[in-house]
Amino acid sequence: MSVTTAPTRSASRSVSFTAAKLPRFAPALVAAVSIAAAALPVLFLGWGLVAWAIVAGLLHLVALPLWARVVEGSRGATDRLVTGLVWAACVIAIVPLASLLWTVVDRGLPRISTTFLTYSMYRTDLDQEVGIYHALIGTLLITLFAAIISVPIGIMAAIYLIEYGKGNRLARWITFLVDVMTGIPSIVAGLFAFALFILIFGPSTRVGIGGSVALSLLMIPIVVRSTEEMLRLVPDELREASYALGVPKWRTIVKVVLPTALGGIVTGVTLAIARVVGETAPLLLIAGLTTRTNFNVFADRMTTLPVLIFTQNANPGIAETPGGMRPGLEIAWGGALVLIVIVMVLNLVARIIGRVFAPKTGH
Amino acid sequence: MAKSITVDDLDIYYGDFLAVQGVSMTVKARSVTAFIGPSGCGKSTFLRSLNRMHEVIPGARVEGKVMVDGQSLYDSAVDPVAVRRQIGMVFQRPNPFPTMSIYDNVLAGNRLNSKKMEKSEADDIVERSLKGANLWNEVKDRLGKPGMGLSGGQQQRLCIARAIAVEPQVLLMDEPCSALDPISTSAIEDLIHELKSEYTIVIVTHNMQQAARVSDETGFFNLKAAGQPGHLVEFNSTQKMFANPDNEATEAYISGRFG
Repeated sequence: MSVTTAPTRSASRSVSFTAAKLPRFAPALVAAVSIAAAALPVLFLGWGLVAWAIVAGLLHLVALPLWARVVEGSRGATDRLVTGLVWAACVIAIVPLASLLWTVVDRGLPRISTTFLTYSMYRTDLDQEVGIYHALIGTLLITLFAAIISVPIGIMAAIYLIEYGKGNRLARWITFLVDVMTGIPSIVAGLFAFALFILIFGPSTRVGIGGSVALSLLMIPIVVRSTEEMLRLVPDELREASYALGVPKWRTIVKVVLPTALGGIVTGVTLAIARVVGETAPLLLIAGLTTRTNFNVFADRMTTLPVLIFTQNANPGIAETPGGMRPGLEIAWGGALVLIVIVMVLNLVARIIGRVFAPKTGH
Repeated sequence: MAKSITVDDLDIYYGDFLAVQGVSMTVKARSVTAFIGPSGCGKSTFLRSLNRMHEVIPGARVEGKVMVDGQSLYDSAVDPVAVRRQIGMVFQRPNPFPTMSIYDNVLAGNRLNSKKMEKSEADDIVERSLKGANLWNEVKDRLGKPGMGLSGGQQQRLCIARAIAVEPQVLLMDEPCSALDPISTSAIEDLIHELKSEYTIVIVTHNMQQAARVSDETGFFNLKAAGQPGHLVEFNSTQKMFANPDNEATEAYISGRFG
């Protein structure tokens, strides 16, 4: 490097904008070489696929920055290294997810059939076909009622916090308690609902609505939080524009603020539903377990998919053929797949709704 | 339908902070009154106190009297919502409602107050207001398109159309041209000239040429020192203000020798 002297610049000195750079295909080339090099121990020492991938990844992470250091200098090397690390983090985050999805699809898909989706576990004869219909209905109804309870409460609480509370003592306390509620373990919510219903309806009460109450305890903080964030994003200018037209505050909230934030609120609500649809512990306590289909959340036990998966997994029964999959496990995998599909559909719906209701720019 | 506004010894506070002190003036009906002065001297605050919009900010309150058509705006029986229906406002940054079309934006004041109206009546109001705001020719073929799709100057004229659609007595404008280019500014100044025949207009501006061009009367606000409340230095006809002001500070400010 040259030694800097006085800050005088000669006008004639030319400035170069070009610098040595690795060829465009360099990362791909290094990746190919790394994979090939890592294949050697796989061949000779009998390492597995996972080890191959890890070694290849590490080689790539070291080799590319070294090459870049020689050609491009230290800034290029740092850039390559950090880019590599970020990619690696991304891959590490995705691998378990993809692996889980693959396992569930692989083991669950063979079990899915119209019988599986439309029959309950109730049977009068040992040879009868069984399915998860009762748990599907239970999941949908209990979650629906949980949403019916928590969405109005959550949205209205958020409206109070943002539009009326504006940082007064009560609002600060509510925000604090909502944050605490976000963290309560789901089993505690279940115990609360359990205790509540036992106090009111006597011992050994098991009803679907109890499960909804427990789930709504988990949902409300999420709905409040996400709605709060969305309402905060609505610019005050819009509220002022509405006030200046002589529109009362409540009408401004209902007709200007909420529609502007609607996309985000709906997305938040759907994500909250997706979050609680897989809850097991509270439902095991209060909604109970049954093999029959029950359409009435206000009476009798109700099984949900997560509870069904849990109990089937705990008591899988005996495989028909020696070494085959035990029937309970098959049902559990099938149920898990259905549950994942429900959550995925909910997320897709949330995205679509969010896009439909997003304020239009007209471009 | 235009009304005059009489202000008598008005103090405006934000919490304990006195923002504007001792303002008295009479804004004449069917005329344009401009407020000029350095930033932070309370012009906008004072303007917003004329339709009780400053109350939106927590802790804001006033002492003194604002009389419109013989009624005190700050009487305990007065409903701020009713005040704002009569005294409309246009803001510094154009703020059309993002969820609404151009058509619905113009009708927002009526629709949001759930006034029942026939389709033909609604069409009438939209056409009249947009023509009033010099925007009709530019948007008449795309009334159903979102208001946010217009250019900044068009959005501001849409906001003016929205404000005049509810037929207020007074129109307050808080630096309506500060975010606009010279052509849009000139369109809005022409519009102010036209609106003057039907509305009482009060405009805050940082542009002294603009005040000289559009207003009949001008008020000069200033701060005594940083941290001190703003006050009205001089209130006179625009001609006199720009030719031969009574106050030295006014002359210094207008001629650019401020400080």
